[in-house]
Amino acid sequence: MTLRKPLPHDSARQHVTGAARYLDDIPLPANALHLAFGLSPIARGRIASLDLDAVRTAPGVVRVWTHADLPSDCDCSPSAHDEPLLSDGTLHYQGQPVFLVAATSHRAARRAALLATLETLAETPILTIEQALDADSRFESGPVIWSRGDAAGAIATAPRRVDGLLEMGGQEHFYLEGQAAAALPQDDGTLHVHSSTQHPSEIQHKVAHALHLAMHDVRVETRRMGGGFGGKESQGNALAIACAVVAQATGRPAKMRYDRDDDFIITGKRHDFRIRYKAGFDEDGHLLGIDFIHYTRCGWAQDLSLPVADRAMLHADNAYWLPNVRIESHRLKTNTQSATAYRGFGGPQGVLGIERVVDHVAHVLNLDPLVVRQRNYYAPSGSVSERTSGGAPAPCSAAPRTPGSISEAEKQVVPDPEAELTSRGGPQDAGAAPAVPAGVQTTPYGQPVEGFILHEMTERLAERAEYHARRARIAEWNAANPVLKRGIALSPVKFGISFTLTHLNQAGALVHVYHDGSILMNHGGTEMGQGLFQKVAQVAAHGFGVPLDAVRITATDTAKVPNTSATAASSGSDLNGAAVANACAAIRARMAAHLASVHGVEPDAVRFADGRVIAGKTTMSFAEAAALCYQARISLSAAGYYATPEISWDRMRGHGRPFYYFAHGAAVTEVVLDTLTGENRILRTDILHDCGASLNPALDVGQIEGGYVQGAGWLTTEELVWDDHGRLRTHAPSTYKIPACSDRPDVFNVSLWDGENHVPTVGRSKAVGEPPFMLGISAFLALSDALAACGDAYPSLDAPATPERLLAAFGSLRGTGG
Amino acid sequence: MKTTLTVNGEAHEVTHDPRRSLLDTLRDDLRLTGTKKGCDHGQCGACTVLLNGERVNSCLCLTAMHDGDEVTTIEGIGSPERLSALQKAFVEKDGYQCGFCTPGQIMSATAMLREISEGAPSYVSDDLEVPKLTDTEMAERMSGNLCRCSAYPLIREAIAMASEVSQ
Ligand code: FES
Ligand code: FES
Repeated sequence: MTLRKPLPHDSARQHVTGAARYLDDIPLPANALHLAFGLSPIARGRIASLDLDAVRTAPGVVRVWTHADLPSDCDCSPSAHDEPLLSDGTLHYQGQPVFLVAATSHRAARRAALLATLETLAETPILTIEQALDADSRFESGPVIWSRGDAAGAIATAPRRVDGLLEMGGQEHFYLEGQAAAALPQDDGTLHVHSSTQHPSEIQHKVAHALHLAMHDVRVETRRMGGGFGGKESQGNALAIACAVVAQATGRPAKMRYDRDDDFIITGKRHDFRIRYKAGFDEDGHLLGIDFIHYTRCGWAQDLSLPVADRAMLHADNAYWLPNVRIESHRLKTNTQSATAYRGFGGPQGVLGIERVVDHVAHVLNLDPLVVRQRNYYAPSGSVSERTSGGAPAPCSAAPRTPGSISEAEKQVVPDPEAELTSRGGPQDAGAAPAVPAGVQTTPYGQPVEGFILHEMTERLAERAEYHARRARIAEWNAANPVLKRGIALSPVKFGISFTLTHLNQAGALVHVYHDGSILMNHGGTEMGQGLFQKVAQVAAHGFGVPLDAVRITATDTAKVPNTSATAASSGSDLNGAAVANACAAIRARMAAHLASVHGVEPDAVRFADGRVIAGKTTMSFAEAAALCYQARISLSAAGYYATPEISWDRMRGHGRPFYYFAHGAAVTEVVLDTLTGENRILRTDILHDCGASLNPALDVGQIEGGYVQGAGWLTTEELVWDDHGRLRTHAPSTYKIPACSDRPDVFNVSLWDGENHVPTVGRSKAVGEPPFMLGISAFLALSDALAACGDAYPSLDAPATPERLLAAFGSLRGTGG
Repeated sequence: MKTTLTVNGEAHEVTHDPRRSLLDTLRDDLRLTGTKKGCDHGQCGACTVLLNGERVNSCLCLTAMHDGDEVTTIEGIGSPERLSALQKAFVEKDGYQCGFCTPGQIMSATAMLREISEGAPSYVSDDLEVPKLTDTEMAERMSGNLCRCSAYPLIREAIAMASEVSQ
């Protein structure tokens, strides 16, 4: 049995010996060209004149391109065709590529790029939320509004009310391996592209589009990435297209990688959000009505901002039953990097919004926030609580949009081959409304909340972490210590698993069994450290009852598995694992049928286990079985396919069942804060996380620890600062602080909830890539709790809670506290 | 200009621009791509190598300043068949996710364990004469090696395991 084993990553030996190849390690022919972009020095304006003579004559330079020299607009956008590779004359942000240099070395290209004389006509950039609202600079014609019940009425008549404002910053991916791509021209005019990407099919599509080629003319290969986190879902398009343009024009291989500062300055990051909230509740803390306004800075291009902002709205409930709710979302267009996918894809921002509200409510009522959380949790499936027994949940309704606000793309029925079909930014068809089983509560968007296990998980975690006893001890400690203050918080997560663009929830795989019994496997997912290849190999080994080393995993390759979705939305192992399982099942059935007929047994009676195949009284090795089948002319190769069942989503109405299931988790974090300096540290973290029946507990624990630390980083130390001219001032690790080894919690207990997914997935497991990221919210809330011990007012802490911010918050608390 | 370096026990004469970093020499001239470029700024530790036995960020070293010096890279401390104790421990503990920081982590930890065994204190050492490999020491001494995947818990376990083996 190879399912459910704590096996290490694939490539373990290559990683520890430095033999594992990343894109920049791939040897290229000596005549390869190296590329660099010349960048816009201003955030908004136009190019007045561009003199590239000095660039062209610089040592090593082979050729230079401006927008006019390109074979097309070379659009890099995953959605709205609004990202020409090089500026068409308009400058949208500081760092936008303006021209492209190909030279004989990386250094020569970069040095030459600095020699341009670029004169600009600067305009006042739109940088802040206020500026964008004033200028009505936004994507889509107006805010998106989803609602259920009567939020305003419920808030107005509620016994108690709070309102507030929460700012949360963005986040740089800082994948340790920066963006990189290479293109090798082939003898028949086709291109072989290597890309450090989470989305090879998108690279293939965009390169083909840019060069007027068909998709079969472009082959994209991705062996592994040195981290992705969403930053390599669409942001690698520009590099791959640039390499392809140069390779096609010169007939020479071309490679491009961004230096770290360029990577910060050019590429998109997590969306920053401002959330305004109003809530009405009763004396016990039950939320009766809630109103959210999300403002998000999307940057200059649409990219994936619409589905990101949607997912923030879809997680505005997190784990809580909201009978009357209204969510309004503004997607603002600003002269900054185009914000993009980042682990959680808007979910963390939505979750932080409601967690802040619950925390605020608890503070006002002087209740333990955990108690308020538990009181508002969705009812366990099939046991709707008294509070909601008055009838079925009210149907979800969306505020009407004017006919003019529904775009042509949305009305379209016949897909346009030019459209971004494989991207999350693509157009969405309307889906059917989900059936709601009796006694099950629904999310604000109408999805039944089934398999909700946070009640049990929270209780187990609170007990293991001794939450209540520690909370009492912390209160005593804080009373006795004037300078150092401690804080503790428990926060849950319920995260929806599936792409909200329904048709992306499909995957393919290709499995070959050779007649020596070795197995080669290929699927559409990409490996970025999450252990996907290992998990999927386990599925294949399990399918044939062979040891793991009988299975070889090869690079993701668009020539082997077509039309793949991004490895994103935590869906990698659910989708690709299922496709591989289907391919293996097909081959195994053929083998079983043949061996059954030879040995006179039923096909069902042929067993594959422990590297052997047993048919009646005959036992043979898997290799012998493969050879026999080959000689009998049985096909030993199969393509597998999987499409997630049961999901459908009507984005316009904000209604449907966008998620196949929910993954859950909860974390308790304790911090200590120095109120003289704002310095702080995480003393202890306890996590209980739901991976269903984990396929690989070791890999899952690693994802949980890593997700938590990255989430805590987002909300504490990682601060992006733009100046008034729109220049990003934090563009290197010297000024942008990601968690180091020493930032890990002193005590870190992570365990997996022992359960099974209630819907059928591979081995009843659950996705794990993104959900644990939101557990980091407990660190932020614990800091807020520590601050709350310093005064009477609610701390209203913004994120990231840098020492500077904590100190300022402390100062204003002390001010108000007398 | 020309510089002679001994890399992983082998002498190399390289011809290079005076401004070339040791990292670029290793990766681009000697094709030793196990040493990674994470930031090129001395901030991430992905490029850590041993220079005459001491750990350095090779992106901050100028090749020209190291004529006659001895460099050990990840390729020089073990092979897939003969892993060093630390390499074995990283495999055993699965001390990585994407693996991009791993060569730097292993090189840094190799030197760090020796520094402790030779009695070099850090600013968190309780005992300045005989520092021990506590969790705090390890966190402090490895804080120059970033891991964006935050595989830190397993990295620390791997280092602890290797240090027990070597004692
Ligand atoms: S590459 Fe040298 S420290 Fe980052
Ligand atoms: S394992 Fe990915 S950066 Fe460390």
